[in-house]
Amino acid sequence: MRRIASLDWRASGSAPEPVIVRGARVLDPRAGIDAPHDIVVREGEIAELAAPGSAELEGAEVIEAEGLVAVPAFFDPHVHLRVPGREDKEDIETGTRAAAAGGYCGIIAMANTNPPVDTPGAIDSLRERARLDASVPVGFVATVTRGMRGEELTDMTELAAAGAVGFSDDGLPIRSARVMRRALQYQAIAGLQIALHEEDPELSGSGVMHEGEVSAAVGMAGIPSVSETVMILRDAALAGYEQARIHVQHLSAAESVEAVARAKEAGVRITCEATPHHLTLTDEAVRSLDARFKMNPPLRTEADRQALIEGLRSGVIDCIATDHAPHTRQEKEVPFEQAAMGVTGLETAFAVLYTDLVLPGVLPLELIVERLGAGAAAFGFEPPALKPGSEANLTLLDLERTWEAGADGWESRSVNSFAAGRELTGRVLVTIAGGEVAYRQRSFAMGVAQ
Amino acid sequence: MNEKVVLDRDDVRRTLVRIAHEIVENNRDAQALAIVGIHTRGAVLANRLHALVAELAGTEIPLGDLDISFYRDDLGERPTAPVVHASHLDFDPDDRTVVLVDDVLFTGRTVRAAIDALFDYGRPARVQLAVLADRGHRELPIRPDYVGKNLPTARGERVFVRLEEIDGVDEVAIADAAEPVLTGGGKAPR
Amino acid sequence: MRHLLSIADLDRDEIERIMELADSFAEVGRRDIKKVPTLRGRTVVSLFYESSTRTSSSFELAVKRLSADLVSVKAAGSSVDKGESLRDTIATLSAYEPEAIVIRSPHAGAAQLVAQWTDAAVVNAGDGKHEHPSQALLDVYTLRERLGALDGKQVWIVGDVLHSRVARSTAQAFTKMGAAVTLCGPPPLIPRAAAEALGCAVTYDLSGLGEADVVYALRMQRERMAESFVPSLREYVANYQINERRLGARQLLMHPGPVNRGVELSDDVIEHPNSLITQQVRNGLFVRMAILYELLAGGERPRGAREQGAAEAAVSQPIGEPA
Repeated sequence: MRRIASLDWRASGSAPEPVIVRGARVLDPRAGIDAPHDIVVREGEIAELAAPGSAELEGAEVIEAEGLVAVPAFFDPHVHLRVPGREDKEDIETGTRAAAAGGYCGIIAMANTNPPVDTPGAIDSLRERARLDASVPVGFVATVTRGMRGEELTDMTELAAAGAVGFSDDGLPIRSARVMRRALQYQAIAGLQIALHEEDPELSGSGVMHEGEVSAAVGMAGIPSVSETVMILRDAALAGYEQARIHVQHLSAAESVEAVARAKEAGVRITCEATPHHLTLTDEAVRSLDARFKMNPPLRTEADRQALIEGLRSGVIDCIATDHAPHTRQEKEVPFEQAAMGVTGLETAFAVLYTDLVLPGVLPLELIVERLGAGAAAFGFEPPALKPGSEANLTLLDLERTWEAGADGWESRSVNSFAAGRELTGRVLVTIAGGEVAYRQRSFAMGVAQ
Repeated sequence: MNEKVVLDRDDVRRTLVRIAHEIVENNRDAQALAIVGIHTRGAVLANRLHALVAELAGTEIPLGDLDISFYRDDLGERPTAPVVHASHLDFDPDDRTVVLVDDVLFTGRTVRAAIDALFDYGRPARVQLAVLADRGHRELPIRPDYVGKNLPTARGERVFVRLEEIDGVDEVAIADAAEPVLTGGGKAPR
Repeated sequence: MRHLLSIADLDRDEIERIMELADSFAEVGRRDIKKVPTLRGRTVVSLFYESSTRTSSSFELAVKRLSADLVSVKAAGSSVDKGESLRDTIATLSAYEPEAIVIRSPHAGAAQLVAQWTDAAVVNAGDGKHEHPSQALLDVYTLRERLGALDGKQVWIVGDVLHSRVARSTAQAFTKMGAAVTLCGPPPLIPRAAAEALGCAVTYDLSGLGEADVVYALRMQRERMAESFVPSLREYVANYQINERRLGARQLLMHPGPVNRGVELSDDVIEHPNSLITQQVRNGLFVRMAILYELLAGGERPRGAREQGAAEAAVSQPIGEPA
């Protein structure tokens, strides 16, 4: 598997300075580590876990971290950076800064830009841009079909050779079963993951929210759960038949979790993700008619949310992805039906999950930490880890700190956070990606941490 | 409670009888009379006067009542919309002498509003005004035709008219402004 | 009440209060001069993003009968037609310092958004398929006028419930006033989970219509055929049209208008003595006067219109009533 820091970013190819993180509780659920240590970071790797207060290293920056928790940094396989075309919403610099602020050491950017990323030239120029602007490593997927029109395949092998990290028409489903099947066949030689936005447009129709009691009450057209489920069933069957592998994006419905579970049992090479908003909110939020709660797939019922939580616990859902989708104010300050679909999530993902799932005892911290990094594996990258010899991807958390989301502004260029204004617990203080300090929370960096 | 009763039950009764006589004396053509009370206590008084006047005149006289909420000039100063009662004016006021009846005459603004309201029903030949008490402090050029009792008051004092039909007792009382209102209504500045 | 955005926001007492006010305005409507000076000096903006004859004319006449000034903006031909955002339009119209904005929009929640952006009282005159609260209130008024009270009455709402803001508001209002509501129509035109969402019974055929005290027919738009919600107009008429054969002698008939004659209603029932359709239109005016009065006759509006001295000079309220 590839290392995350082999992706493109500002620190590509540079030799990072050594760092000692002193006295943190080191928690790496995958490696079974949970004890106080000094973490010695050298040449981009975790060099050593030493007894607290014992590590010494000439020329190393020392980060005093007693009372804090060091976890493997997070990896987001589903982010919209809006480059090229909608840099007014986000660009590589602001998007990766938001990622670093959220504790992420790597992200994968979707290809539904304007124009869509469907040529090797586009991949080249994005990678070049990332080497100038990106605070954390960023991979770019290319579209599965030319222009995301769902008709002809892109030059998948050439895109892979240009450095695309996967394929996805995210934003749109691949409507045609024939085109889907060809893409899966072609994967045998292109070799990269295919990530799928699963939805039957015929069933979704003009829907803007989950179809159910709330849509009946507020009179807005619904997107039925079955719209997602039928496509997952189709594509799992196709992947099984072609012995291909697929990654299902942003699961939202209980029936979809069930469909993925059955496919996994049947031996289909399928992984899937869920978002913090689908794990913590339901369509009841849409009663407010507040466009901050509009996204696709939509927020569904409490039963669906519980099924997602169960899926995350059991492992049917492999990882957490934010589907960070920045939009301008003008696109959100309109009536719900007219508003753009999508919410930002990078900067609040951990705190939202910690506040809403860990603190109330729904899921253990260990599980949330593991699933926030597991997205790397779905795309063939080593998941972040803290055992000696791993790539140095770590996030320092203050689990006591409460803060109001958005009160100090956002790193993202957009403000359409579903959590804006919420009081959250758990704050990212430092993010180290590939041995580089990619983010320091301002008050912590100033030495005035509470 | 620092309150002084200025008209008791008998006073009120006698006063109304006197006003009824004056109305009949001043209006030879009783056929053209109509009596209209202003909500809420004016309407009650109008009801009583109507019975007295009809008996004295020996003829049927139309009776109505008006709610002047829609004609108020102080809506902008009020926290909530005033309570509205339906008005009842089931006769044509055209060419009639309409006697408006209210309990207390104070600034004159209520009467102004009542006249406006009345004219939306038609064009009376003449409008007269009967009040149980006149406490002065007029802000408009309005003068009553029939007054039960002139009550010189300080501006801050409150005048309470209580009527059997609403308050269980007939009396008119004056109280200091500071006193809380326990029963009945008062006419005082807010 | 600060705004009228939805029936969902109202409780029974608030609805009753508007009914009583509407009674007073109905009385005004019987006078020689049907106009009162109540809202003199206040400005009402009427902003219609959808064509509407009866709702806009009814609100506009209500404004005039209350002596307020009216600024009427229709989407066609105005800057809103040229792509100006709702937010910018509201900012522009706010320059007139209106005391109320009456808005009709094709999008759910538009009135609620406007309420966040302006100091004016906002009246929802229909937002997408969400709500149409003034229609629901006039429907309650019309039934109350005929039946006295709605408690225990059976009301059937028949037709395209899915696309009907009227059905959503009216069903809730009738339920709040104590009636039992049944929604009836072709399955694709009844929203999923409608029974739970609106607290109504749901049925797909008219066989039980005999139990209804009131039959409320909804408008059936021809576009629905193209979207395969129903197979054909003929088939819809055969299954769901309210006609003389189906409407019992003691059953009242309502419709929000405009009627598609020969579709949801047959010609014969429209003029039927039990049809309340004309009363609905007439009462719409009184109820909308009551809504505007309720929203505008209290509070600090209009700003700065009155000088000092006004407070002590005020006419005292009707005696015995709390201020």
